[in-house]
Amino acid sequence: MKYVDEFREPELIARTSEEIRRLADPGRHYRFMEVCGGHTHAIYRFGLKDLLPPNIELVHGPGCPVCVLPMGRIDDGLSMAASGDVIFTAFGDMMRVPGTSGSPLEHKARGADIRIVYSPADALKLAKANPDRQVMFFAIGFETTAPSTALTLMRAKAEGVRNFSVFSNHVTIIPAIRAILDSPDMRLDAFIGPGHVSTVIGCRPYEWIARQEGKPIVVSGFEPLDVLQSTAMLLAQLQRGEAKVENQYRRVVPWEGNRAALKAMAEVFTLRSYFEWRGMGFISQSALALNDAYADWDAERRFKVPGIRVTDPKAAQCGEVLKGVLKPAQCKLFGNECTPERPIGALMVSSEGSCAAYYQYEHRKSPLVSIPA
Amino acid sequence: MDTPAAAPKIRFRDTQIEMAHGAGGKASRRLIEGLFAPILFGSSQEPLGDAALLSINGTRLAITADSFVVSPLSFPGGSIGELAVNGTVNDLAVSGARAETLVVTYVLEAGLPTEILEREVRAMGRAARAAGVTIAGGDTKVVEHGKADRMYITTAGVGSLIPGVQCSTRSARPGDVVLLSGPIGDHGITILLARGELDLEADLCSDTRPVLPLVEALAREAAQGLRWMRDPTRGGVATALNEFARDCDLSVFLEEDKVPVRETVRGACELLGLDPLHIANEGQFLAVVAPEYADRALEALRRAPGGQGARIIGEVREQPACTVVAATPYGGNRIVDMLVGDPLPRIC
Amino acid sequence: MCLAIPGKIISLVDDPAHSAMIEVSGVHRRVDVSLVEPDGIAPGDWVLIHVGFAMSKIREEDAYDQMRMLTALGESEAAMAEVRGYSADSGEGPAKEDSWP
Repeated sequence: MKYVDEFREPELIARTSEEIRRLADPGRHYRFMEVCGGHTHAIYRFGLKDLLPPNIELVHGPGCPVCVLPMGRIDDGLSMAASGDVIFTAFGDMMRVPGTSGSPLEHKARGADIRIVYSPADALKLAKANPDRQVMFFAIGFETTAPSTALTLMRAKAEGVRNFSVFSNHVTIIPAIRAILDSPDMRLDAFIGPGHVSTVIGCRPYEWIARQEGKPIVVSGFEPLDVLQSTAMLLAQLQRGEAKVENQYRRVVPWEGNRAALKAMAEVFTLRSYFEWRGMGFISQSALALNDAYADWDAERRFKVPGIRVTDPKAAQCGEVLKGVLKPAQCKLFGNECTPERPIGALMVSSEGSCAAYYQYEHRKSPLVSIPA
Repeated sequence: MDTPAAAPKIRFRDTQIEMAHGAGGKASRRLIEGLFAPILFGSSQEPLGDAALLSINGTRLAITADSFVVSPLSFPGGSIGELAVNGTVNDLAVSGARAETLVVTYVLEAGLPTEILEREVRAMGRAARAAGVTIAGGDTKVVEHGKADRMYITTAGVGSLIPGVQCSTRSARPGDVVLLSGPIGDHGITILLARGELDLEADLCSDTRPVLPLVEALAREAAQGLRWMRDPTRGGVATALNEFARDCDLSVFLEEDKVPVRETVRGACELLGLDPLHIANEGQFLAVVAPEYADRALEALRRAPGGQGARIIGEVREQPACTVVAATPYGGNRIVDMLVGDPLPRIC
Repeated sequence: MCLAIPGKIISLVDDPAHSAMIEVSGVHRRVDVSLVEPDGIAPGDWVLIHVGFAMSKIREEDAYDQMRMLTALGESEAAMAEVRGYSADSGEGPAKEDSWP
């Protein structure tokens, strides 16, 4: 079994689509939020919306860890790279995200030493290979990625690598979902739950969504079959008048999460009392900072950062798109002033951003070309 | 003396040059159309192709030039010397011309070991002989250590037109068929891996080769129905087809599962979050042919040496104009855009 | 949420510690397996890889279960269609091909 091809099998997909059609009440309009940016991309990339009946509306959630960072944080990170002896490292996803004075790539073109890494371990390797330089790793991601950063810091400490530091912009998913549900403009019926975050935190943290808010949530994989099956499971719950947490991604997500990963995170990180999220304001206990035991590797303590709050341009509606209140195409700047080549906000540039997904896969399809499912 | 013409309206608004401007995608196109074309190419309304067709005193020729800045210089399946020859031969081939002769310029970095230079010059010689072209001359410059990243090569080529071939995007019609000569992504992924920055290993090599024999095979069987050809180098198949769609104001409809991609390339793309349709190729070409010639054209390619991998991958449609749409294997479809920026791996 | 893909463990590596060579469609990569070692791993196991770290073992039985359920879905549909076909034709035999999904 290869775990990818099987879950893209066209015949099974067709059958699951049929099942969805059977379960969906034609008199009802469903609003399901897929929290993860990865799910948003999968939906567009595989053309899954074409396979759903028109009364199922998919609302994009804020699960894009790059998109939710306010511009000021990008500026802070880039200010660290201003000094000649610092090597700024980050995932490829960060490179075109706009800061006030340009994206990391633009800073690189102006001479800053900015390099793409594919793993925090690569950044540590770079630090060991360049003992007279400072290597700063701009860490982003939800709980999926935080353990990897944590393990890398533990290794840095154990090996005494002093010229390595991490600028932590890790955020946590539960507060974001809570903020969505608390928002007065939101009316959602159910959630397609994060897949990979759940490999770390497990399924228990979502129980309040079902119990207190009464919304079904299905933790879902990312292959077409996974997303469709999860949609069917949500419909089945709604049909039965149930609301519970289900794990569709059982082959990968353990109900209890990954103890080793949670332990590593607890060893290295502490919860910030509050953190600013683009479009959602300050959310308490929603982000991770290095704790005192790792102070020597904390970029925020090593470098002086401006720490200036930068608000998005007035016309940009990044926040509303992040919360799912607006669809990407409804933002006034979409496709005109804001394109993947000249992005105003990270949503148009990040591989998990809903604007990027919509722009890349969807928005120019003429009504003449809709393929009957 | 003529007074200089009024400065043309330049749409290129970027204040500095970025890597993206050389990646072959949208930014490259903006640079060429917005800066170079208005100033250098006069009032020609012809869409920009891979080579220019000239008529000098009644003799019709094609001419093209290309520069090669690949790093590392040498990689599985080839090296910069081979690319420098094949790249220009191919630009001429897909413009309907048989390369006759090249001139080559070298910009060399002081400190470059002679051994490496000799290796590349020999590679060029071998590639030229294999492609049936002569090298008529060239120029060499040496720059200080630290510039020119070891060596940059530029080749310019002149070719005679292949009889019967008259490609023009204006001749494209809905219903035309899109052919691809073989599997895509090999070259770009090989280079990415050869840089050694990634902890990846794969059994892959560059597909660099002259496509002229395949183009000639195609021309012999289907010249009448041949509308357009292009070699999908930087920016990949996606960019080449988007340029075609824009130039002829039509749509290209691809069937994703018909596009040939090697397993290893697929695996590497999955690991790095890249789309094979955006990856550079150095030994493939796309052809758009009239439907009544499609089967004959495919046959001709498949029978030619090195053409077994050829496939029909899609067709031309009327709508949505200037757009490339791909059918996913599950009944949905998605837009395939031109490359934006430089391929960056998706991680999180 | 973030790009994570399945890969097969080819071999466990001694140095650096907690590493393994994994394979994805013929491409080999070294990943850190600290997070899955407690579950016990061996060559031949499949893991989910994210930013150079193995996050979770892929449980084959769960994957097979899911496949079985999805295939059964189609079969039960077919069985239902057959039953419907019987009642429509007043017991004249199995439903025609085209009434199947």
